[in-house]
Amino acid sequence: MLKVSCLKKSFDNLTVFDSFSLTVPRGGFTALVGPSGCGKSTFFDVLTGVVSMDNGEISWLGETVPHVGQKAAYMQQKDLLLPWLSLIDNALLPTKVSKGNHNSREKALFLFERLGLRGFEQYTPHKVSGGMRQRCALVRTLMFEHELVLLDEPLSALDAITRRSLQSVLLLLQSEFKKTILMITHDVEEALLLADEVLVLTTFPMHVKEQFALEWPKPRRSDETELMKIKEHVLEELQGESSNEYIPLSFSPFPGGVEETS
Amino acid sequence: MKRSGFFALTAVILILAIWEIACRGLSVPDFILPAPSRIFFVAIIQAPILLPHAGITALEILLGITLSLLFAVPLATIMFAHRSIEQALSPFLVVSQAIPVFALAPLLVIWLGYGIASKVLMAAIIIFFPITVSLLEGYKNCGTEYVILFRLMGAGFWETLRLLYWPWALPFFFAGLKVGVTVATIGAVIGEWVGAQQGLGYLMIQANARLNVDLVFAAILWLSVMGLSMWVFVGFLERRIIHWK
Repeated sequence: MLKVSCLKKSFDNLTVFDSFSLTVPRGGFTALVGPSGCGKSTFFDVLTGVVSMDNGEISWLGETVPHVGQKAAYMQQKDLLLPWLSLIDNALLPTKVSKGNHNSREKALFLFERLGLRGFEQYTPHKVSGGMRQRCALVRTLMFEHELVLLDEPLSALDAITRRSLQSVLLLLQSEFKKTILMITHDVEEALLLADEVLVLTTFPMHVKEQFALEWPKPRRSDETELMKIKEHVLEELQGESSNEYIPLSFSPFPGGVEETS
Repeated sequence: MKRSGFFALTAVILILAIWEIACRGLSVPDFILPAPSRIFFVAIIQAPILLPHAGITALEILLGITLSLLFAVPLATIMFAHRSIEQALSPFLVVSQAIPVFALAPLLVIWLGYGIASKVLMAAIIIFFPITVSLLEGYKNCGTEYVILFRLMGAGFWETLRLLYWPWALPFFFAGLKVGVTVATIGAVIGEWVGAQQGLGYLMIQANARLNVDLVFAAILWLSVMGLSMWVFVGFLERRIIHWK
């Protein structure tokens, strides 16, 4: 179980979050949904140790840790594949760095097969589509052999069709590879389709505004009435959040005024 | 042929044609300005004299580049690895550029003699700065997200250097090397001007003294061909090694 309690982080005068807490059960899939700029990414930075926390406690599998940086696989919106390596070598990068075991290549090949990348092992990233690159990044994430997986808007750079097919691949992480997953997204529907628990966040300081436990079996359909209702509700909540940021009327893009033609 | 290549070739032919016509029309004597046809003729006919000197100059340039690389690559890497070393050394690098290196040429001849050593060092000093700086810039240009990815993988500095920083910096390194190989030619020739017993620069000084201007131009032609072919060769290496761009 991943447990975060009373986490605090501020930059200068800006408190990003103060006493932020959440729990992800082992083998669970939790999604964080919030308006952009609410501090989700800073939270992940603290979680992975990229920036240090001011206060609070992180524990993973009952053990208190300063961060889960080297205990979690981390996947981001950008695929971050190295352009000079083939897809298979990119996927094997974590094992190359940590001097992994010898059958890691077989594991990578199995994952390539499972994620529909078979036959593209020797291609370099710029020769394949964005969806394939992201699949490859996912294989690399799985090669980490960490049980905890952090996903930071993993699919938001992809088109709608590719995203749909990769969502089902993300479900495999939980169902087949028994990972514990914490995902950041601003796609409410994606969160509702994939996660067991959805936390709706609000800005400055970031805190959980609402929490939904979703017990429907997966894969879920986006046109289920109950799911659509929750989606509408969450979207309204988030809209209320982002309407705080308005552009003052005096800041006109046409300072001289625009003549009405009627 | 590419459009740009066509225009470049047309421009070169046009300039040569004007030069040729002007020389013939105005009957400019060869010891003032020889016509291009005369220069080509001398460059070919005097090849037995020119080639051994060209070989020496080429050797000086190649050794100079090698020597420079032997110091520039480790230095850029160490400066990147230790910020304090970078801060300590970067003023020296900048100042070394403010000193006109050509002014050092007579001193190098005094210290290292009339042999090729002084010319090799001259070429090496001249290209040292562009290579070091471009490699260092290349290392620093590496995307932060990639660096974080490697850190999360548990990679140490040297491992990250080998797998990430070095390949990332390669295009920058080659940009510096391309500038370097053309400038290295200048370094070697200046070194030969100041004091040498062989080399194209030496030949030019000798020919100049005898008003043998067409031989001077032939030597310049050979130097240009050498510089250009090294530039093309580095470009070829660049395309082979950096296959992902």
